[in-house]
Amino acid sequence: MIGWILLGVLVLFVLYVIAGYNGLVRYRNWAKEAWAQIDVQLKRRHDLIPNLVETVKGYMQYEQETLAKVIEMRSRLISGSPVERVEADNALTGTLRQLFALAEAYPDLKANETFLRLEEELATTENKIAYARQLYNRTAAEYNIRRESFPTNLIAGMFGFGPMELLAIPEAEREAPQVRFT
Amino acid sequence: MLYEALRQNRRRTAALFVVFVALVAATGWALGTLFGDVRAGLAGALLFAAVYLPLTYFTASAQVIALTGAREVTEAEAPELHHVVEEVALAARLPKPKVYVVDDEAPNAFAVGFAPDRGAVAFTTGLLRIMDREALEGVAAHEIAHLHNGDSRLMTLAVALVGVIVLLADIGGRLLWFGAGERERRRRSDRGGPEALLLLLALLVLFLAPLAAQLTRFALSRNREFYADAQAVNFTRNPRGLIKALTRLKEAPAKVARATEATADLYFVNPFGDVKRWFRTHPPIEERIRRLEAM
Repeated sequence: MIGWILLGVLVLFVLYVIAGYNGLVRYRNWAKEAWAQIDVQLKRRHDLIPNLVETVKGYMQYEQETLAKVIEMRSRLISGSPVERVEADNALTGTLRQLFALAEAYPDLKANETFLRLEEELATTENKIAYARQLYNRTAAEYNIRRESFPTNLIAGMFGFGPMELLAIPEAEREAPQVRFT
Repeated sequence: MLYEALRQNRRRTAALFVVFVALVAATGWALGTLFGDVRAGLAGALLFAAVYLPLTYFTASAQVIALTGAREVTEAEAPELHHVVEEVALAARLPKPKVYVVDDEAPNAFAVGFAPDRGAVAFTTGLLRIMDREALEGVAAHEIAHLHNGDSRLMTLAVALVGVIVLLADIGGRLLWFGAGERERRRRSDRGGPEALLLLLALLVLFLAPLAAQLTRFALSRNREFYADAQAVNFTRNPRGLIKALTRLKEAPAKVARATEATADLYFVNPFGDVKRWFRTHPPIEERIRRLEAM
C-alpha cells in the first residue's frame, strides 16, 4: 500500500518536473520567435531605405542632410547587439518621421505612387517591430517570472535556464505606448 | 483590470456553457418523461446531438463565407488592410489569417475558423471606408481576438446546440399533438397526482427549453464580445483604436443586407441594428466603450 503511494507521489513529481521544464522551453522559444520577427522587420527596413532615398532624392533637394542621416542610421540596423539594433531603429524611426513630415511640403512627391507605397511599407514594418517588441517583452517577462518563482526555479537551475533581457521601451513611446498610424 | 476582465469573462463563459449542456439533457428528460421512458429520452437527445452537431460544425465555416457573400482579397488589392491584419496577427502570435471583403455599406466585420491558426477575417466595404488605420487596427484586433479565443468555433457550436434543442422540442411537440388523445385516456386511468405533476413539468420544460437556449446563446455571445474587446487591447496595448472604431459605428447605418439570424453572433457589432436587450447578440456599443475606457 505504502509502496503504491510512494510510486504515485514519484510519478506526480516526475510529471510536475516535465511540465515545468516544458513550460520554460515553450516561453523561451516564443521569445526567440518574437525576436526573430523583430530581426526580419529590421532587415526589411534596411532593404526599403535605399529605395526610399532614391525616390525622394530628386524631389527634396533641400533635405540632403536628413537623407544622409537616414543612410547613416540604416547600416546600424543590421550590426551590433540586439539591444543596439533596436535602439538604432528607434532613432531611425524619429528621423523618418521628420522626413515624412517634410515631404508634406512637396505635392509632387505626395502624388508619387512609389513614394506612397514605400511610406505604407515603412509604416507597417514600424508597427510590426513595435508589436513584436511588445510580444518579446511580454513573453520574456513571463519566462523570467517562471524561471525565478518557486518551485520552477529549481527546475530552471537544474537545467541551466538563464535569464532573458527585456528590450527598453523608448522614451517617446512610454507616454503613449503607441505605434505610428499613417 | 484587463487581466481581471479576461478571467471573469472566461468563468462566465464556462458557466453559460454548462447551462447549454443541461438544457439538452433537460429536453431529453422531458421527452422521456412524456413518452414513458426517461432513459431512452436522455439517450435519444444526446445521440441526436452527437449526430447533428458535427454535421453543422464541420460545414459551418464555408457556409458562413457563402452566406455573407465575402470574397478573398490579395495583398496587392488591399495593401493597408493586409498589413494591419498581419501586424495584429503578429501581436497575437498567430499566423496571418485570410482576408475577405464583403460588399456592403453597413460597416461591420467578422471572423471565421475552426482553429485559431486556420482562420479568416472579413470586413465590409462600408467599414473600410469610414475607418482610419488606428480604428481599423482596433477592429482587426477584435476579430483576431475572436480567432485566438476560439470564439468562432464556440459560437458555431452554440448555434448548433440551440438548433438541437429547438428541433428536439419541436419533434416532441408534434408527437404529443398527434398522440394526445390516446395518452390522455391512459393518463386518466392509471396515473396518480405526483406523476401528473411530473408530466406537467416535462411539458413546461419542453416549451421553455428552446427559449432558454436562445437567450443563453445570446448571453454567451455578448460575453465573448467583451472578452474579445479586452483581448484586442491586450494585443495592441491601445484601447483608443477600438474606442474610435466603435464611436464611428454608433453613427453609421447598422443593417447588413446579407446577415442572417445564424451568422449574427459572428459580427463586430450587431448586424441588425436595434434589438431588445435579452435578444441581443452583442452588448450595446456604449457599454463596450465604457468598459474600454476603464482599462
